[in-house]
Amino acid sequence: MEKVLMKGNEAIAQAAIHGGCRYFFGYPITPQNEIPEYMSREMPKAGGVFLQAESEVAAINMVYGAAGAGARVMTSSSSPGIALKQEGISYIVGSEVPCVIVNISRGGPGLGGIQPAQSDYNQSTRGGGNGDYNIIVFAPANIQEAVDLTAEAFEIADFYRNPVMILGDGMIGQMMEPVVFHETPKRELEPKTWATTGTGGKRAPNIINSLHLDPANLEKHNLHLQQKYARMRAEETRYELYQVDDAELVFVAYGTASRIVRNAIIQLRETGVKAGMIRPISVWPFPQAAFDQLGSQVRALMSVELSCGQMVDDVRIAAAGRWPVGFYGRSGGMIPAQHEIVDACRSMLEEVA
Amino acid sequence: MAKARGAVYFETDRCKGCELCTAVCPVDIVVMDRKSINRKGYNPATVTEMDKCIACANCATVCPDLVIRVERVA
Amino acid sequence: MPTVFEPTKGLTGVEFHYCPGCTHGVIHRLVAEVLEEMEELGNSIGVAPVGCAVLAYKYFNCDMHEAAHGRAPAMATGVKRVLPDRMVFSYQGDGDLASIGTAEIVHAAGRGENITVIFVNNAIYGMTGGQMAPTTMVGQRTTTSPLGRDPRQVGYPLRISELLATIDGAAFVERVSVHNPANIRKAKKAIRNAFDCQKQRSGFSLVEVLSNCPTNWGMSPLESLDWVKETMIPYYPLGNFRRPEMEESEHA
Repeated sequence: MEKVLMKGNEAIAQAAIHGGCRYFFGYPITPQNEIPEYMSREMPKAGGVFLQAESEVAAINMVYGAAGAGARVMTSSSSPGIALKQEGISYIVGSEVPCVIVNISRGGPGLGGIQPAQSDYNQSTRGGGNGDYNIIVFAPANIQEAVDLTAEAFEIADFYRNPVMILGDGMIGQMMEPVVFHETPKRELEPKTWATTGTGGKRAPNIINSLHLDPANLEKHNLHLQQKYARMRAEETRYELYQVDDAELVFVAYGTASRIVRNAIIQLRETGVKAGMIRPISVWPFPQAAFDQLGSQVRALMSVELSCGQMVDDVRIAAAGRWPVGFYGRSGGMIPAQHEIVDACRSMLEEVA
Repeated sequence: MAKARGAVYFETDRCKGCELCTAVCPVDIVVMDRKSINRKGYNPATVTEMDKCIACANCATVCPDLVIRVERVA
Repeated sequence: MPTVFEPTKGLTGVEFHYCPGCTHGVIHRLVAEVLEEMEELGNSIGVAPVGCAVLAYKYFNCDMHEAAHGRAPAMATGVKRVLPDRMVFSYQGDGDLASIGTAEIVHAAGRGENITVIFVNNAIYGMTGGQMAPTTMVGQRTTTSPLGRDPRQVGYPLRISELLATIDGAAFVERVSVHNPANIRKAKKAIRNAFDCQKQRSGFSLVEVLSNCPTNWGMSPLESLDWVKETMIPYYPLGNFRRPEMEESEHA
């Protein structure tokens, strides 16, 4: 298992192939272009298919078709492109077919910018399409984690017959770090007897469909989906606790923001300020249980995001009034410097003193 | 070659009374049965003088609801 | 004695929900008969649209997908890329294909995607209650062109077959009608040629089928078929616009 220095986007693409993905439908959009570019070179070598669609809308519907035919399939895009795919994602969820969707987020709203941002948190975790649904959303903080999560995402998607999203940002996509392609943890998977491979005259037709005109049927279908989400909450939540045991202020941060917070914590501790961090790895399901493990010495929480504040609402829900919840963020693609986070922590602790 | 002769069968309860079949019969024997109502509440199509049927199946060809089956009898 | 005409095994037998006299039922039958005669039913995957034919997945006796509105060609592309030796078709109306789904159909043709598209043009949005479609005729009254379609406001009806025939990836493009038995038989031949084209991997194939909408046109079924003949066909001429063995010079 040799270590390779790779750019995030390319590592994610290789991880998908490593995870068994053999079909990719994408469309150009900065800052994720290296993913379709890599796939156009490597997917044919892996015996798969790369196709550039005419739009993100077409791409997600190609994914929907390929997934319905039983394939391991992926698409990637960035913020506005992911917004275009939301209807397709809702259909994919409604008809219970598996796929992986990668969002290398950028500043918004609108055309926004091309620098890294985390302003798609609500869209990803609240369901950006129509109807009651959720998708598992993993937020890697480094390239190794992005590789491991992307490869495993195909197993999880097949297991639940539901999309899995990898929520990165321009930083995760563009920077290079050494990675190793580990053995992907496998799950007990049912054969895809539901897939539309052709009846062969031997079975009744399989139908990939999200239409249920009879409201009683649609409600029953919704309750079935909700059971899946309950199981995901119970079994797929992932997070890291960093130096929280004696922390007075606990940051909550994921992805790129968590990297800066980690260094800010080291700097704060050198000056005697005990800070720690809860780092969601799955931003959906949100790791509410992590908050129940915090000691009585905690005096405040602070959500740090590359946005105007979206995850902070989940932090408030998880805190359930037990601690004051602060927020520090930069948006539009601006990245906070370490000292900004150090200062924000100090002023928060003074506030709650 | 002796003229073909046919027999037309109607799955009466599938008929929606659209009358398309009545306009294409070359021997004009397909009519709406104004004396009966099918399960859907329509007067279904029927054939009165079956012996004139030439088994051309025009009626079945235009039927949008697979109501009609045609067989050759001679 | 031999049967002359009997329901095809290509349909599930579930009764159609279509309005009385709507020729969707006829077109479904033609597609199903062709697939049955080609012995491709067990090898076929169809993609249903959003529109009157949204329930087509209940009627075709083969594996089916229900696509988002306008996206059936993209969905069919996904299926075909995974299962290249299956017979993949989409069945779409004019709102689905010629309005929201224009990009998808143009690029499926542009890619020469080896799928077959059955495009039913009845010059109106049927399922949603009779709104104007891109194929609605000039002067035609609909619930969203109550005074009749005015080209100065909303332009002219789109001739999709001619448009697609300019695309080299399109191997087979033909427009047919089902307003009488003779044309129905010709339509079946065209549908068969389209699927043969897919079988021989010649590229993208599409059959545009002029159809009626008695309910939303406000006509009897018989009157509506006359309207197809008298009003639609002059504007949407029937014929083949592209076929594999055509010489370059012959293209539109």
